[in-house]
Amino acid sequence: MNSVSVQEADFDVGAEIAALSAGRNDVGAVASFVGLVRADKLAGEGSEVSAMTLEHYPGMTEKSLEAIVLDAGSRWQLLGTRVIHRFGRLTPGERIVFVGVASSHRGDAFAACEFIMDYLKTRAPFWKKEDTPEGGRWVDAREADDSAAARWEAPAG
Amino acid sequence: MSIKVLYFASLRETLGYSHETLTLPATIATLGDLRAHLAKRGGAWEALDVGRNVRMAINQEMAGADTAVADRDEIAFFPPVTGG
Repeated sequence: MNSVSVQEADFDVGAEIAALSAGRNDVGAVASFVGLVRADKLAGEGSEVSAMTLEHYPGMTEKSLEAIVLDAGSRWQLLGTRVIHRFGRLTPGERIVFVGVASSHRGDAFAACEFIMDYLKTRAPFWKKEDTPEGGRWVDAREADDSAAARWEAPAG
Repeated sequence: MSIKVLYFASLRETLGYSHETLTLPATIATLGDLRAHLAKRGGAWEALDVGRNVRMAINQEMAGADTAVADRDEIAFFPPVTGG
């Protein structure tokens, strides 16, 4: 079972992980990832990011996450996938994203979980804006995220 | 040809619009044509100039400049994504 949610509400990590293998005996591995808001230091100042607001593109965001999950399912033997991504205003320590993958064996579960996060970071339409003492500041996309996603591309030839 | 255009995140703030409905001249065939057409409005709209780091989508799928634009399409312009 694959399921994708884009929501303002927090989620229960334990319940989400448990649901991936509930009522079945063919799951041998569940790998999961939880992304959190980090209190980054602001450059050249003593202050930290006090909150951030996540904007998304309703409709396209859900579709793109579903496409990423389908892509993962074509690359690895998966028995279930759950992706949750929050939007709205979040403060440091709060959960932003959950990815859980069930498989027969850990190799596929680990790989698919990492793949989904790498693709999510470069393809799912979400944008972060940090609160700073000077006002809101949009977070720049990172090249490291592009190269993390690029390593999953099929080698040419 | 009538289309809906959406703008997100920093681009939405720069342009001062979250969406608009446009009737396009027949000379606009592709997403790249539309982007150039909008950039020609000048001022803040130069944020859509070729060379600026802008992503595009047609009907909620990422699309390149060569993609054809059709009547009633939903088109979006936005900066590189930063979720996760």
